[in-house]
Amino acid sequence: MTEPVIRIEHLYKEYATDAGPVPVLKDVDLTVMPGEFVAIMGPSGSGKSTFMNILGCLDVPSSGRYSLNGADVGAMNQDQLAQLRNQVIGFVFQGFNLLARASLEDNVALPLIYRGIGRTERLARANELLDKLGLSSHRSFHPNQISGGEQQRVAIARALVTAPKLLLADEPTGNLDTHTGQEIVALFAELNQREGITVVLITHEPDIAAHARRLVRLADGRIVHDGAMAQATPAAA
Amino acid sequence: MIAAMLGEAWVAMGANRLRSFLTMLGMVIGVSAVILMLAVGQGAQQQVQASIASMGSNLFIVLSGSVTSGGVRMGGGATPKLTLADAQAIAELPGVAAVAPSSPGTAQLVYGANNWSTMVIGTTPAYLKVRDWQLAEGYPFTDVDVRSATRVVLLGKTVAQNLFGDEDPVGKTLRIKNGPYVVLGVLAAKGQSLDGRDQDDTVIVPVTTAQRQLFGSQFPGSVRFIMVQANSAAEMPAVERQMTELLRQRHHLRQGADNDFFIHDLTALANSAAETAKVMSLMLGAIASVSLLVGGIGIMNIMLVSVTERTREIGIRMAIGARGRDILLQFLLEAIIISVIGCLIGVLLGVGGALLVERLSGMAVLITASAILMAFAVAASVGVFFGYYPARKAAAMRPIDALRYQ
Ligand SMILES: Nc1ncnc2c1ncn2[C@@H]1O[C@H](COP(=O)(O)OP(=O)(O)OP(=O)(O)O)[C@@H](O)[C@H]1O
Ligand SMILES: [Mg+2]
Repeated sequence: MTEPVIRIEHLYKEYATDAGPVPVLKDVDLTVMPGEFVAIMGPSGSGKSTFMNILGCLDVPSSGRYSLNGADVGAMNQDQLAQLRNQVIGFVFQGFNLLARASLEDNVALPLIYRGIGRTERLARANELLDKLGLSSHRSFHPNQISGGEQQRVAIARALVTAPKLLLADEPTGNLDTHTGQEIVALFAELNQREGITVVLITHEPDIAAHARRLVRLADGRIVHDGAMAQATPAAA
Repeated sequence: MIAAMLGEAWVAMGANRLRSFLTMLGMVIGVSAVILMLAVGQGAQQQVQASIASMGSNLFIVLSGSVTSGGVRMGGGATPKLTLADAQAIAELPGVAAVAPSSPGTAQLVYGANNWSTMVIGTTPAYLKVRDWQLAEGYPFTDVDVRSATRVVLLGKTVAQNLFGDEDPVGKTLRIKNGPYVVLGVLAAKGQSLDGRDQDDTVIVPVTTAQRQLFGSQFPGSVRFIMVQANSAAEMPAVERQMTELLRQRHHLRQGADNDFFIHDLTALANSAAETAKVMSLMLGAIASVSLLVGGIGIMNIMLVSVTERTREIGIRMAIGARGRDILLQFLLEAIIISVIGCLIGVLLGVGGALLVERLSGMAVLITASAILMAFAVAASVGVFFGYYPARKAAAMRPIDALRYQ
């Protein structure tokens, strides 16, 4: 049997606030197998981003167990977590999060710096991806010189440059118009199908979620639905 | 990795040129101040040392001292109690290498259309030995000249230049107080004395000539001071004791009566002057170091602001795999680049400033490689030291907190 990419058991997360601890995730279990394409939906404030940040090893759970590729994330130190973020996970943000000062190719090549790869090879790999995503003519532009959809493509290229197993995206189309959003999610679907990259994405839009093959619904910190994407779902939402 | 980081640090600094420049300015001022102050301090120190070397070694100067006469205490050297005979007696003491009785005064020298007012020292040939003073040209006068009070003169460099210009003074006759004097020789240049006088602005004549022809004294045979050179530094205390005894005897001082002379140990005086110069040089350096420290704090301040401002960037970098130490290195490198560039500019400005000071004020400056290296090393470590805390702070951030930072 193949090992799950993500295995979450009894995961709790609470935030410490001035008014005491606020529980946000309550006993969440989730298993994602390699090659899956999962959409996470749920009302605002239901804990989607909180969950995603834990999946991306940007934050740690209050309790529960998280195994990534079979390795216990809870037992890892900061450097090992950084290595996971660099080598196993590609993260795409709603707000693109590109470095404004760096050119597009430098932005895409950035994760490779932390692998100690030389500049020539870094740029070669970055340009390969920019090519693939149809941005090669813009390689020396800066983020503020291109559209939001293009910026998100660059962010995806940056997430892909390290050839990750797992692509995580928190509302990647949230800042884009419907048409551009469809293009971006189609790109995720293609990466999932062609290259077998496991994709987990958060979205509010049923039309975006429809590209996924599995739907997880969160409400008030709990998973209330987990199943194959029904064709009817978009209409139902 | 480092190369990539350096490139990034460079870009980061370029992104905020004015700020990088202002931060650097603190370093520039600090380093140039240190180098300038050290150059001035060491220059002064070197000058003092040169003056000490020009004074002669193992020297005493014996002055006729204060006696209380009629309730009036008279200044040292005012009462001419020391005589040529005293000097001759001192010369007989064991441990004494040379003795030069001296009678100084000022006089106007005239040669052709030129005249020059200067100090005239009447002394014996031993004076040149005691002061370790060479002749640049010509010959010294001899004991014969002293005995017969001949009108001969040795010129200091400054006097020779002012009276004779390009002409060769040796063998020429000039007039002092209307009397003709033959120039026997020109003294080698000695430069400044400890108290800043031009030692070359002087002429030397036989002591007897000075007494009889120039500064006729009411006490015949008396001299203003006697310079005494001991054989070695070790013998100086013994020589001082014996001189005191001898002079008290010769001056018929009763038991318990005050000395009517002073014996100054010039070597001790010189050493304390050297010590003072050294302390001054250190103090200048210390004051300048404060500005270096301030420059360092400036770097820390800016780096802290920069860390706060770039919190999101730090978050992004961490999200794509930067480890704490990568972030640390990045910010540390920025601090180091700023301080090193600031340092280089500071070195250039400091050296330039020192040369300018020398040019404009004539103050002696001494720029040493060790001073530059020291300033550089200190500045670089200040950069690392004050860059470390902000860098550490950046590196310790949790990725999610850094990313969420608005
Ligand atoms: N750092 C924090 N400190 C305290 N409470 C927090 C923190 N971050 C999130 N929360 C709370 O946790 C809950 C879940 O937030 P989260 O961002 O995960 O929601 P979400 O499902 O992503 O919502 P949205 O769809 O609006 O993005 C919210 O009630 C929020 O107020
Ligand atoms: Mg969210």
